[in-house]
Amino acid sequence: MTRTDNHSDGGKPAVTVRGLVKHYGATKALDGVDLDVREGTVMGVLGPNGAGKTTLVRILSTLLTPDAGRALVAGYDVVRQPRQLRRTIGLTGQYASVDEKLPGWENLYLIGRLLDLPRKRARARADELLERFSLTEAARRPVHTYSGGMRRRLDLAASMIGHPAVLYLDEPTTGLDPRTRNEVWAEVQAMVGDGVTVLLTTQYMEEAEQLASELTVIDRGRVIAGGGIEELKAKVGGRTLRVRPLDPAELRPLARMLDELGITGLAATTVDTERGELLVPVLSDEQLTAVVGAVTARGITLASITTELPSLDEVFLSLTGHRASAPQDPRPADDREEAAV
Amino acid sequence: MSAAVSTADLSDPRIPLRAHLRHTGALVRRNLLWIRQDPESMFDAVFMPIVFTLLFVYVFGGSIGQALGGGQDRYVQYVVPGLLAMMSMTMAQGVGTGFNQDFNSGVMDRFRSLPIGRGSVLVAKIVVELLRMLVATAILLVVGVLVGFDITDWGGLAAAVGLAVVFGSGLMWVFLTLGVTMKSAQSVQAMGFLVMMPLQFGSSVFAPTGTMPGWLQSFTDYNPISSLADAARGLMTGGPVAHDLWLTLGWSVVLTAVMAPVAIHKFRTKS
Repeated sequence: MTRTDNHSDGGKPAVTVRGLVKHYGATKALDGVDLDVREGTVMGVLGPNGAGKTTLVRILSTLLTPDAGRALVAGYDVVRQPRQLRRTIGLTGQYASVDEKLPGWENLYLIGRLLDLPRKRARARADELLERFSLTEAARRPVHTYSGGMRRRLDLAASMIGHPAVLYLDEPTTGLDPRTRNEVWAEVQAMVGDGVTVLLTTQYMEEAEQLASELTVIDRGRVIAGGGIEELKAKVGGRTLRVRPLDPAELRPLARMLDELGITGLAATTVDTERGELLVPVLSDEQLTAVVGAVTARGITLASITTELPSLDEVFLSLTGHRASAPQDPRPADDREEAAV
Repeated sequence: MSAAVSTADLSDPRIPLRAHLRHTGALVRRNLLWIRQDPESMFDAVFMPIVFTLLFVYVFGGSIGQALGGGQDRYVQYVVPGLLAMMSMTMAQGVGTGFNQDFNSGVMDRFRSLPIGRGSVLVAKIVVELLRMLVATAILLVVGVLVGFDITDWGGLAAAVGLAVVFGSGLMWVFLTLGVTMKSAQSVQAMGFLVMMPLQFGSSVFAPTGTMPGWLQSFTDYNPISSLADAARGLMTGGPVAHDLWLTLGWSVVLTAVMAPVAIHKFRTKS
């Protein structure tokens, strides 16, 4: 039985983390992290390289022991009940944690057997998951012949064999091309539809927005912000509208006009003279339309107009006042995967 | 930390023995499939006994055989049991290198996040390596017979092979510990080589120790490979056995009892 002071509304906690600390020598990979993930939701843990994301996932999957603090997953303590905890989790790392030398089917069958499925059921489960992740045709081929996307899909399938209550996705699309990334996202969304609780780590705001319902932003081992995606977007200014007038001389008058109109709520409009662009933070589609309307009303000819989500860097800049791509701090060997981006 | 988190029941039931066996079986299958995918990985087990038998019998056989009071055929009887002992050690060394490579792949993280005993991953590795050792031994015996080895006592032969397997599995825990602890497969291999060379050649495996200087003899006498070679020799070709047999079994028990818990502990706590 588990009891928590859950400040989020409703829902039983699937993951509860309190004051988690992990040091590597003088480096604090985790420096007192608190986290709550409610059952059936997707929690995105957003942070730059070396923020401690992988360390967090490794502790929550019993691969590392914390130096202080507590963590419960599905009611089991990571330190004191590792065997029971391992029954309830699925893990997908940045590097596909599947056996390269074995065929896809054998990978899934092996894990089924290690999860104590009887032979027949392990076989059936392997077939079923290969089908579901569109890998049936590659079932008998060794994994080292798979494409990057196929490997990630097999990795996801492997994590799902034991019907985990909580699934960890540690940067599931790092290093994938955009098309493959969309494939993986679709698979993850389908799994979430089945009611799995997901803890997702990512460096991409876009990925968090696609998959997560709530976000925790961590930096240098500490939680620096958390909450719903919309809430966080509001904090960092939602999308950015990049407006490039044909005549660069129009930049400043345009900026002044938009500021006077007071359309953009939080961050101020900025001028990028080098690229001849006006960067307008907007919070909603209505604001976006209003900006476009105002520009049109003034009769300015535009060379281009694009919108973009705030990059992780911009999120960090507005939350912490420093850039995400901090100078390379000495990171523990266990976070080495994060460096391979 | 606040009292925000509490659990009533903190028990964590042990994994039953049958589950351990099932997990080990599944992992043995994995390692056997590796061999099927990559038959070249059997090259050492297949060619080492052929090359070593031919080299030693035809290069050293004549002169050492003379010293033994016979000829090349006399040396064949001497060196084949010795090569059995050498094979046991060389195959045991390979397990460390292989495991180190395996350990540094992502799949180990998955195994360690599964509800299985940490020992089963290591035991499976040992089982497969012992099977490889048996293949190497079978080839050694076939080549040995072809170059003139005379099998006089099949029971003794079986006992000698069994003894080599028991000793080899004890030694594998040492190399598994190295494999888990050291950073790269290369360093495991280099370390293994450094340990292996003096132990193999400073022994009675290839030549009788009678003409060696005194200080070396005292090393070879305590060298467990000498004991294994001499015990195998006694069992396969007749002669005194008891002393070396007990010594070898003693070494095997001590190595396993000390190093198996160390290897499993290192494997469990390695992050």
